[in-house]
Amino acid sequence: MNIIALVKQTPDTAKLSRTLNGLQLMADGQPRIVNPWDEYALEIALQLRDKHGGKKVTALSLGRPEAVDALRTGLAMGADEAILISDPGLAGTDTLGTARALAAAIKKIGAADIIVAGRSAIDGNSAAVPAQVAALLGLPLVSYVAALKTVDTAGRSLIVARALEGGRETVTARLPVVITVVKEIAEPRYPSFMGIRKAAKAPITTWALKDLGLDPAALVPQMTWEAFLPEMREVQCEFIAGTPAEQAAALVTKLLEQKIL
Amino acid sequence: MTNDILVWIEHTDAQADTISWEAMTAAAGLAAGTGGAVRAIVAGPSTRALAEAALRHGAASVFAAEDASLAGFRLEAAGALVAGLITAHPPAAFVAGASLRGLELSAWVAARCGAPLAADVTDLSVANGAIIALRPTLAGNVISKVTMPGPSTRVISVRKRLFPGAAEVENATGDITPVQAALAEDAIGTKIVGFEPAAATISLGGARVVVSGGRAVGGPDGFKPIRDLADAVGGALGASRAAVDAGWIPYAHQVGQTGKTVQPDLYIACGISGAIQHLAGMKTSKTIVAINKDPEAPIFKYARFGLVGDIFQIVPALAAEFRKRLS
Repeated sequence: MNIIALVKQTPDTAKLSRTLNGLQLMADGQPRIVNPWDEYALEIALQLRDKHGGKKVTALSLGRPEAVDALRTGLAMGADEAILISDPGLAGTDTLGTARALAAAIKKIGAADIIVAGRSAIDGNSAAVPAQVAALLGLPLVSYVAALKTVDTAGRSLIVARALEGGRETVTARLPVVITVVKEIAEPRYPSFMGIRKAAKAPITTWALKDLGLDPAALVPQMTWEAFLPEMREVQCEFIAGTPAEQAAALVTKLLEQKIL
Repeated sequence: MTNDILVWIEHTDAQADTISWEAMTAAAGLAAGTGGAVRAIVAGPSTRALAEAALRHGAASVFAAEDASLAGFRLEAAGALVAGLITAHPPAAFVAGASLRGLELSAWVAARCGAPLAADVTDLSVANGAIIALRPTLAGNVISKVTMPGPSTRVISVRKRLFPGAAEVENATGDITPVQAALAEDAIGTKIVGFEPAAATISLGGARVVVSGGRAVGGPDGFKPIRDLADAVGGALGASRAAVDAGWIPYAHQVGQTGKTVQPDLYIACGISGAIQHLAGMKTSKTIVAINKDPEAPIFKYARFGLVGDIFQIVPALAAEFRKRLS
């Protein structure tokens, strides 16, 4: 059983502060991390290999050349192989262009049984790419997986629990399958010292679009976008003083009078 | 190509989810801009009454697929149905609610149809045939303005509680057109074998009121008064990451960048200082009330009302007051 973990390098949103806004954080040279949700994907990929008869974990990323750092984290955690898709033709691509390149790379890697990603990326947050990869590859998608209940390698199927808004859905899926995972799935391991040393020296394969047989013209998005900072809502805070009982009474009166409740 | 807007009616056992009528409002707004009609898609067995409800909520017509393979929600089955309808009757746009299911349905359909996608949008407009969407990115710290010129089909999912639910009229006419499922059962790679509903607490996502506790709550027991206030006001219980990471309350309650994004009518922040990562998940709430012992806490910059003091005194007093006044 071969597993591919999709790993995205994202801005480190924990660094946002009153002196570093969103646009500044997106700029070159600002701190980058492995998309936090993808750490859970890497962890479960490694567990699938180590506990469920998997053979190989490939960490696959698409991004600028510096995204190799995210792949090195994957290698340091224990992935067997890492591949970066990087090409100037992908610079302004959308989720669909990203999914097309990832799908082509997954085909090229070949023989993947489980493709796993985090539930969404912390930057774009559209949760679109895994679903689009599944659609393009004609594979089932099982998203928001909170627990792997059964991995039946011989019967080529999985039973998983999904965390949805209204409760937990138990689903069987046949392999190959694309899954996305939520935090409950497993606690990501810390890379070991040896792992980090090994990862620092490990070769990372880089594929350009031509290596995937893709024409950059076919990946041009049918949309344009511009980014700006949200307007800060000017809220004048009305402080309500008094004893706790007085504060409570005054607040409820205001909420009811202003039909907020 | 038509100027019509296709809208997905999400439901649970043939009962419409609130977000469906919000998506209907978004679709109606787009249809007004494109000069087309809103056509709804209703999928699943025993959904005739739901199809009629879609007409009463503003759909000009409904595509109704009642095949048993469309029971529950399976992405491949639903996606292939929608992609087939888009190919057969190309609309100006397909709109779904940005629930977990709607997000993946819209993404899947966009990939199958080669269409541009704007996910989880908070605002929509039409100008010269282009659809313009606003969507928050980077945990709400950056807004992306997406312009999709068309004319080919554009795919959009709309964020919860940003569009008002479409009003229901009593008498509505319109065709309900039966359509076949696009996939045979054996072509679908998944089966739903069980569903265990979450405990009967109010879920954060659709809540009109959210009461959250932060670091100052101090421990698991400290959440008792916070939970009691949430009960008193009929709201959902939230928490900051600090409280979740400390193990005082399960992750399902986390509001913020690595938790849930909420936009209730009323958000009551108890003992939450207002880190940017928490604000990302709640600052679009219509009214924010902050209770904190530190008058300089950043949360007060976003709050409409501020109560400075000890949460362990104010929160119970507030619960009692709500019980008295709301009964």
